[in-house]
This record gives sequence, C-alpha cells and structure tokens, in this order.
Amino acid sequence: MKARSAFPPSYGEGAGTGIMARKKVRTVAMDGDKIDQIIDKHQGDASSLIQVLLEIQSENRWLPKEALDKVSEKLHVPFNRIQHITTFYKAFSLVPRGRYEIHVCMGTACHVRGAPRVLEKVQDLIGITPGETDLDLKFSLETVNCLGCCALGPVMVIDGEYHGKMAPAKVEDVLKNYD
Amino acid sequence: MRRINSPADLEGLRKDILSKRNRNKPCITLCSGTACHASGSEKVAAAIEQEIEKQGLKGEVDFRRTGCHGFCEKGPIAVIYPEEICYLQVMPEDISEITSRTLKEKKVVDRLLYVDPNTGEKATHESDIPFYKNQERLVFGPNRRIDPKSIEDYLAIGGYQALAKALFEMTPEQVIREVKGANLRGRGGAGFPAGMKWEAARNAPGETKYVIVNCDEGDPGAYMDRSLMEGNPHSVLEGLIIGAYAIGSHEGYIYVRQEYPLAVENVGIAIKQAEQCGFLGENILGSGFDFTIQMHRGAGAFVCGEETSLLMSLEGKAGEPRARPPYPATKGLWDKPTNINNVETWANIPFIINKGADFFTSIGTEGSKGTKIFSLVGKVNNTGLVEVPMGITLRDIIYKVGGGIPGGKKFKAVQTGGPSGGCIPEEHLDIEVDFDELAQVGAIMGSGGMIVMDEDTCMVDVARYFLAFLADESCGKCVPCREGIRQMLKILTNISEGKGKEGDIELLVELSETTRNASLCALGKTAPNPVLSTIRYFRDEYEAHIKEKRCPAYVCKELISYYIDPDTCQACMICLRKCPVEAIVGGKNQIHVIDQEKCIKCGTCFEVCPPRFGAVKKISGEPVPPPIPEEARTIIRKSKAK
Repeated sequence: MKARSAFPPSYGEGAGTGIMARKKVRTVAMDGDKIDQIIDKHQGDASSLIQVLLEIQSENRWLPKEALDKVSEKLHVPFNRIQHITTFYKAFSLVPRGRYEIHVCMGTACHVRGAPRVLEKVQDLIGITPGETDLDLKFSLETVNCLGCCALGPVMVIDGEYHGKMAPAKVEDVLKNYD
Repeated sequence: MRRINSPADLEGLRKDILSKRNRNKPCITLCSGTACHASGSEKVAAAIEQEIEKQGLKGEVDFRRTGCHGFCEKGPIAVIYPEEICYLQVMPEDISEITSRTLKEKKVVDRLLYVDPNTGEKATHESDIPFYKNQERLVFGPNRRIDPKSIEDYLAIGGYQALAKALFEMTPEQVIREVKGANLRGRGGAGFPAGMKWEAARNAPGETKYVIVNCDEGDPGAYMDRSLMEGNPHSVLEGLIIGAYAIGSHEGYIYVRQEYPLAVENVGIAIKQAEQCGFLGENILGSGFDFTIQMHRGAGAFVCGEETSLLMSLEGKAGEPRARPPYPATKGLWDKPTNINNVETWANIPFIINKGADFFTSIGTEGSKGTKIFSLVGKVNNTGLVEVPMGITLRDIIYKVGGGIPGGKKFKAVQTGGPSGGCIPEEHLDIEVDFDELAQVGAIMGSGGMIVMDEDTCMVDVARYFLAFLADESCGKCVPCREGIRQMLKILTNISEGKGKEGDIELLVELSETTRNASLCALGKTAPNPVLSTIRYFRDEYEAHIKEKRCPAYVCKELISYYIDPDTCQACMICLRKCPVEAIVGGKNQIHVIDQEKCIKCGTCFEVCPPRFGAVKKISGEPVPPPIPEEARTIIRKSKAK
C-alpha cells in the first residue's frame, strides 16, 4: 500500500476546497432536527455544551462546522469557545472519519510490550499518522492512552473489535480483513 | 422495582429476594467486564444461553453476567455455583461440555481449570488459585457475585443497608466521625484523608453544596475504577449518597470518561434503578433527605482527573485547573462548596459504615488503612486487578499474586502511580506498600497502576514515554508545566536517540525542580517523578546512553542494530520474506545478511526468526560485524550432503 496525503487533524486552510466538498457529502446524515433534539434534551443549557457535542460526535462521528454554528447559536456560546472545547478534548473530531476507526493502545503496559513498533507498522501500511484519516475515507488512525485490557497488550481496536497480543508482523493480516 | 419507604421495608424486600433464590440452584456466572469482552466473552455468553436452551436446562440453571473478576490474564472466566468451580479462558466451543458435564453431571472439566505453572497442580475453586488466595477483596469482591445491571443482586448481598443505617441511626456528624475514625485516605492519588475533606465541605458556609465521583481514570495501565463502575455501580452510588447526607449536599455528579462505554451504561442503569427504589430523589427511604445524581461524560483529557480541572469541565468549559486555595471544599463547582472523591474511595464508604471504623482500621499499616486495588500489568504473568491489604510487600504482589515475570526474564523495576509516579527497583521490593512508604522511595500510590518491567525495558525510554504522554496532556495554562515538560522531553528524546550530552542529567534534575515547584496543578507538580526516580535508581542506564551511545535494554531504536549471526542462521527465508523493506539479502541455502543501509530497524526479523535458531541478534554500543564474504554464505546441509 502506498502512502497518501491525509486530512489534517483540524480545520486548516483549504476549507471549501475539494476536501471540504467531500465532507459535505458526509454531513447529509446529520440533519438539523437531530441537532435540535439533542440540544433540547439538555434544555439549551450552556453548561451542557460538552455533553451536547459528545452526542453529536457519537451520532455523526465528527463535528461539521454547520452543526457547531447551530450549537453556538442555540446555546448562546461564542463560536471561539466551541473551538476551544473541540480542540481541547480528544473525543472530538473536526474532520470526517474513515469507515474504520483504528485505535492503537499506547498505555504503559502496551508500551513496554512493544506498542510503538505496532503503531509504526500500522502507519506504514495505511500511510497516515495518528489523528488523520486517509483520502479514501477508509481508515482513521488514533492512539489511545489505555484501553484497560492490559492482559492482551499490545492491543489494537478496529471499530470496536479487539485485536490482542499484536506484533508488527501480524498487523498486515489484521488490516486485510477490513475493506 | 417498587419504591422502598423505610429501613424495615428495605430489610423485608431483601428477605423477599433471598427467599425466592435457591442457594443450591446451579448458576453459571461469566465475567463480562471490558477486558473479558475483549477476549471474546460476548460470544461465550451467547453460547451459554444457546446450550442451556438446547440441553433442556432452561429454568433449572441460572446464568448471570457479572462484572470484572480481576484475573484478566485468563479471561473469559466462568464460575459455576454452588460448587464455585472456576473455569479459565473459556471459549464458545467449551460451553457444550461445561453444560453437559458440570451443570448436568456435576463433574469437573479438567482442561479448563487453573494449572499452577510451577507445580503443575490444578485448582478447582477460585479460592485455591494463588492469584486470588493472596488477596483481600473487601471492595472488589462482590463484583464477581452480582449482575451490575440488577439492583436486586445488590440488595441480596446487603446493598443499601449502610445507607439506611446512616440515614436513620446516625447524624451527619457521626458519619463524618466514622469516616475520619477509619482514616480512609483518598484512593485517587494524593491520599488526603476523606473524612477531613468531608468535614471542610460540611463546615463551609452556603446552602448549596455538591458531591462528585471522579471516574476520569486517565492513568495509562490503570483500570480499577472502571471495573468498579462497570461491575458494582450501586456500591459507588451508595457511598456517594451517604457522603451527600454527611456533607449536607442535595446534588451530586458522576464524572465518567466517555472512553468507558460500559461504565457509562451501567452507571446510567444504576441511577435509574436507585431513583425507582427511592434511594435517590426526594425523601430517600422516608428519611426526609433529598438527593439527586447526574452523570457527566468526560470528553478525553487526562488533566480533568485533577479536581479543579474536573470542575471546569463540569461547568462546560475546557478543563484547565484553577489555583488552590480556595479549595473546592469552600469554592468548587459554580463557586459552591464541593467534595470530590475517587470511585474507590466512595466504594469504601458503605463498607466502613456497615462494619465500623474499628474493623476498617484493623487492616493496613499505621498511616494507611484498609485495602487498595491495583492494576497489575506489564511484564507479569498474572495480569489483572488485585485488591490487597495496605502493608503487603511489593514482592508479594508481584510474585505471589502476580506469579512473577514471564519467560524467565529478570525483574528490573515496578512503576507505580502512572505518569505522576516513579519506578521502584529490585532493592526496594520489600517495602510495605502504603501511601507514605511509596513516597519515601520516590514513587506514589497514585490511583493504583502498577506496571512491572523486566530486563527488556529501557528506563530512559520509560521516562521519555511518560514525559511524552504528559507533554501531550498538559493543558498549557501555566508555563512551568507546559515548557518544563517539553524541554525535559526534548533532552530525553535526544538521549534516547544517541544525541545526549555530558550535563544532560544535571539539567534534567534542575528542570524537574522548577517544574515541580512552580506548576499550578498536580499534573505539572508530579510530572518530574518518572524522570527523577529513573535517574535516582538507573543512572547507569542514562550514562550508557549518553557516553557509550548504548541502550542496555536494546530498546532505543537509534542506538541498536539488527544482525544475523552467520553461525546460527539456517537460511530458512522467513525473515527475508517478512522484511518490509527488502533489506535482507540471501536465498535458499544462502546465509542471510542484513543490509544495514536499508534496514529501518522495525524488528520484524528478530520477531519472526524461529526461537530454535535465534539467529537474529540486537547489537548496541558496538559496531556491527562486517557481513561474511559472499563465497562463504552457502550452507551445506549434512543430511543432503551424504
């Protein structure tokens, strides 16, 4: 597999270019009503901003700018504060996610058992670094600080499926199963 | 479930539940915590349900999915009652046999039992397995007996009796006195006495007060809080309600990381059940005390485990810490008096109220009472969650409970307290584990992560790892933490890449002192610990990296090379085929040679070389031997030569 350029980890230059056009396609799933429902559930309270954003994130898998504008308007929170929150906390993504989300555990137990080399191998194979999504929107790569299944370390999770006792030599065989 | 209106009503209901349960009825329990889930317990559960149905045992056998049993190394774990037969590493294909042999015929399936790796002896019951035998499971024990989604199960083991006792037989002052008397120290890291914290919040002026459960367990390699939240959420709720009563609070929050979906789910269910039963809401158990709980999901920031950052996050802001004082006890959430305790601290409360401070203080050491749950992980045979009395030695935890180091390797260090903690070497393995002793040797108790490291672990790399973690997680608000950690990380990275200079160690120590003294919150104040403790005990490793450009543990990539020993290479072609950059030259019957120019040091060849050959070697601090001349590379096999 050859390396490809990737989406930047946050809004960068190039908003509105071809990359953004792709994003628009992906926003269709998130309609305004759904966002309204989520906000209403929290009684439009500004202190529930993080909870609202988390729900939109889990519903849509990333936070489109249109959605954030709406949240800003309805919760009466300035947009710059929303930017602060969405870039501060790791759970939020400001770019579309791939079909498969790969999480490589970098917890201490996995680290001492060789997780950095597993991560390197994954990066080599899919051509993106943590925080990025490939241009085909196939894989997103993230590192996590501990998945709490240290007995299986090093661990890699792809869309909720756990792959334990990983080794660089096993990575390719695992990734082959996702197409 | 119906609403319960008085302590007598509660006792009546408990008896009612117990009377409907037959102790002798076979029951198969399956660990369904996150770790076992990752090992495939979901499929095992489906198989159990199917087999019970298929073999006509429906109604005759109970099936219960419990929280984490702790022995994650051997998951998924199934325990069969009433005999308490414990099966390990159960797979879906084993279920048919378990059902027919054990559930029906009451016979034991030998091959699924625990085998002692030293003696070869088998253990039928949980209590015979050394991993469990050497623990004292006061808080964590109920996990394996109850279904966390069932409040009935919790009531059956005496749940919410401590709450009834506190509300009806004790004044808030008496509750605080009991917790103070128990000398319960915060299990989240710092070990501040919970009773004193409660008293300060109670005495703080103001009508509105808050109580909070801190389940933002961010330490890598630590997951005991998650297992309590997943496996026994009602015990945490009960502790919180008792605390609220003592402090005079009517609103509580549970702050859970969103990375723990099962904990979020189970706590949500528990809150709903407690509301229905009248343990939450207005006029709890008819006592006139009102209390509600809301759950707040953390969005992934390590610093939010620090209490003032957690408060900011609860208020819907970025989790950046505030200066203390004022402490949250006087000025916390929305500037109101607030008490924050860790999950495990809250889960200890019902136990203390039920059994009394005297019983609690009979366990542990002079300064640290009770038990502590550790997550014992890394290079250790029995990875898992262990609850041990304070005062047990590190050696007992690692060797008796943990079963020692795998693969006959040599122990090097144990790291406690996560990124705020330190590495403890072999010479201190016999210290008694408690808050003060660990601090003495330069580590901390922390929330209970215990990572065992063997001879293959590079201590410079470990320090660099933690600093990289902290640099990433520092919120950036105060300069000493933001810049101090970054500079220390730079120096450590240089050392691990062979660019270390004379004087780097002294510079690290100096930077550590500034960062420790001047940072705003605990993240920065404790960040130098991994560096200082590794320098203190493993200075020789630092010096080897700096002076000899050698990594004694063969970990730091820039300082090692891979080399194929021509005397042992059997030209089997495995490494040659697997090398991702085609850096290995050779062929059939041609001894393989690594082209050092092309090699990216990924280690694949080292890993795939069959252990019986062991031809791929790591070299550090010395030049790679020149490749053997091409004409000498052909192997003449004896068998074929004949």
